[in-house]
Amino acid sequence: MVEQIYNAIFVGSIYALFALGFTLVFSVLDILNLAHPAIFTVGAFTALFVMQAGVPAPLALVIAFVVCGLLGVLLDRVAFAPLRRRGAPPLSAMISSIGVALILTRLIQLRYGPDLQAYPAGSVPSGVIEVAALQLDGLRLAIIIIALALMVGLTLLVRRSALGRQLRALAEDPRAARILGVNVERAIAATFFISAGLGGVAGVLYGFATNSPYSQMGLPFELKAFTVMVVGGMGSIPGALVGAYLLSFGETASLAFLPSELRDAFAFGLLFVVLLVRPNGLLGQKSPDRL
Amino acid sequence: MEGLNDLFFTYSTTIGVLGINGLLALSVWLTLYCGQLTLGNAAFMGIAAYSSAILTIRADLPFPLALLAGTLLAGLVSLPLGATVFRLRGVYLAIATLAFGEVIRVAILAIPATGKGQGLVGIPAKTELWQIYLSLAVIAYVLARLRLSTVGRAWSAIREDEVAAASQGIAVRRYKLLAFVLGALIAGWAGGLSAHLNFALQPDEFGFARAVQILVYAVVGGIPNVLGPLLGALLFTGLPEILRGLQEYRDIFQGAVLVLVIVYLPRGLVTLFQLRRTRRLQRVGAADVA
Repeated sequence: MVEQIYNAIFVGSIYALFALGFTLVFSVLDILNLAHPAIFTVGAFTALFVMQAGVPAPLALVIAFVVCGLLGVLLDRVAFAPLRRRGAPPLSAMISSIGVALILTRLIQLRYGPDLQAYPAGSVPSGVIEVAALQLDGLRLAIIIIALALMVGLTLLVRRSALGRQLRALAEDPRAARILGVNVERAIAATFFISAGLGGVAGVLYGFATNSPYSQMGLPFELKAFTVMVVGGMGSIPGALVGAYLLSFGETASLAFLPSELRDAFAFGLLFVVLLVRPNGLLGQKSPDRL
Repeated sequence: MEGLNDLFFTYSTTIGVLGINGLLALSVWLTLYCGQLTLGNAAFMGIAAYSSAILTIRADLPFPLALLAGTLLAGLVSLPLGATVFRLRGVYLAIATLAFGEVIRVAILAIPATGKGQGLVGIPAKTELWQIYLSLAVIAYVLARLRLSTVGRAWSAIREDEVAAASQGIAVRRYKLLAFVLGALIAGWAGGLSAHLNFALQPDEFGFARAVQILVYAVVGGIPNVLGPLLGALLFTGLPEILRGLQEYRDIFQGAVLVLVIVYLPRGLVTLFQLRRTRRLQRVGAADVA
């Protein structure tokens, strides 16, 4: 029981970290960035790459954050910025992000093949921590703490910092934000850096936990992240956090009465029902695109 | 003549797949032309592929009947689904249809008759190439005619401005549903044909990757007319065969073409072949889906 709750917290933290990056871009730009799962995978493989060269795990995490963040900025320049200049509708951006996802995933496969990989033996810290007679997997505990810290950090950044104010202004009305002196392109670049960086970190952490990164590892998370975002309310950061843990606990609980091959049915069933019953989600504020 | 026969034999599977991909591209064209992005057609294809294959294997039903039954089942599922999801628009609609696709994939994995994760094998090879291409020609012709009819004009009006279309007395929801159900029927027909072209079915064939693939054909080819999706299917099915040695770079090529087309040619490759004047008249494409 405790084991399962612990695991649900762990999975929920990864969902949250993944969905935060997704949701940040959506809230600021209304773009559903389908290259996000590919960046998640790039994160895990960047860590693999540098750790095979002998870099310690914590440093690899930082490197993956920076590499993925820069990749996110590049992604925006290549696939989204030209569309923005033309005033193309957000769904064009979604389709062009599919193109980038195809390219990134294949590049990883060209280097590492389609099979499961493993981090160099002993490079990922492991151990068991005893808390009040409970034996907890230390690595997962560390991952949960890192994930929570990043969530708090992001929330503070958006709520309290000057950049956060700019992002919120941009989300509200890009033209008004520009008139009021917000450097729109810089703020957008920052959005993509943070979003992709968080996605990359989520990839590394999940890669560490399973010790089996593979080229398609982001795909299941993409579909789960839709559920997380829709349940919490598209574009709402606290909503994504609530949605992530709601989903992971719901999935864990559903295993009690669903056969394991139907595990995923819970997430998509939930997504479907929320979309039809309450499409602006639990904490969504913006009125959704709905008739 | 002998040599030509050999060539035909070597490539007959590819030629069949090409025709099926053409059908799939047309199936998603319908909703795109109406301005709606739906990603459920891979699932409709899967529903029909599995049900028709199960009917021919286990019930010994003749192939045409099984094909028809599978197609109708896909259409039957699409009707209540469309009636509910078209309350949504834009990204919400895309996500809802994608979730439906995943539900179908999980259902295939859970129903014993489908062979679950092992896949369904031993499907009799009943599909002839002429059947694929005859249906492709008929469907393309019908859709081309439909585009110029009252229905097609209503779809255009909805794509350009839904509120304005509704105020002109166009039954928006009903026309959207029509495009959706017709698309599901075409995707189902393609699924039944493809199941009996290959020996086996795998549940993963009908997942997210396939849904995206179908969308890519139509968007890259172009939405202005029915030639666009066919062109897209031809490009992405044919070129990798010609560039055999570059097989593993196929996704990179596809991805790059997709980004380039969206950025520089938002109305699809088909606009390259049109006169400037008509291009201006037919400003329809991925850029207009919203």
